[in-house]
Amino acid sequence: MPTKPAGTLYRGREGMWSWVGHRITGVVIFFFLLVHVLDTSLVRVSPEAYTAVIGAYKNPLMALGETGLVAAILFHAFNGLRVIAVDFWKKGAKYQRQMLWIVLAVWLVVFAGFAIRHLSLALGGH
Amino acid sequence: MTATNIQSPRSGQSGSGKIAPKYQRSGSSRSNFEMLAWLFMRLSGVVLVVLIFGHLFVNLLVGEGIHAIDFGFVAGKWADPFWQFWDLAMLWLAMLHGTNGVRTIINDYAEKDASRFWLKVVLYAATTVIVILGTLVIFTFNPCPVVDGVQLPGGFCPKP
Repeated sequence: MPTKPAGTLYRGREGMWSWVGHRITGVVIFFFLLVHVLDTSLVRVSPEAYTAVIGAYKNPLMALGETGLVAAILFHAFNGLRVIAVDFWKKGAKYQRQMLWIVLAVWLVVFAGFAIRHLSLALGGH
Repeated sequence: MTATNIQSPRSGQSGSGKIAPKYQRSGSSRSNFEMLAWLFMRLSGVVLVVLIFGHLFVNLLVGEGIHAIDFGFVAGKWADPFWQFWDLAMLWLAMLHGTNGVRTIINDYAEKDASRFWLKVVLYAATTVIVILGTLVIFTFNPCPVVDGVQLPGGFCPKP
């Protein structure tokens, strides 16, 4: 097997970059999921252990992290629905580019709504 | 003038309908595992959109949001079988969906057979531990623990 590919199949533009984004967000979400099951499992240890660790999610820096995580989840979700449309809808492949712009528009609206609500709750007077 | 006859890629001799030998994959051991994995990603994906959006909405956007989350919050949810099964479905589907995604990435980028093998061993071990741990936590959890002889407060707990 050659160590370097002879050419490249990466074609850029909406198709490739949405695929890159889907992979990166997927990996980020997966690693968070592992941590999140572990931290939630502390409810089985003791109420104090759980409440102490979940307290770590409530500082301002983590609030930004959570907002970033939700940004990744929303992109992965909406782009995933686009992938399903590309695969199962007769005209999906033809309109994949337009569908990516729809994905980004919906993402922007939903993410803005989430970020405003979550950050004002998380950073607000408490 | 003879027209050039271009065969479609999967036909052997033109018109025979057979797959040319050079396109044949190793014959007898073919399974449709990869097709089922592909299908699973799409089906679980749709369900996960609903489960995770619901999870985020109920835990982060309602009431005082993240500040409401503590032991009592989780206990209150898991005192109800509805949320137990919601979280169980989310755990299993998300872990299998994520594991298959990472498996695809390992297959794409790890070139040596040995690296692919060991990366997948680590991945499957982590998945097994997390799925079993999460499942046990959801179903063996006691939402009404008695700490030092005192019942923790919670409207969902039976009176001692």
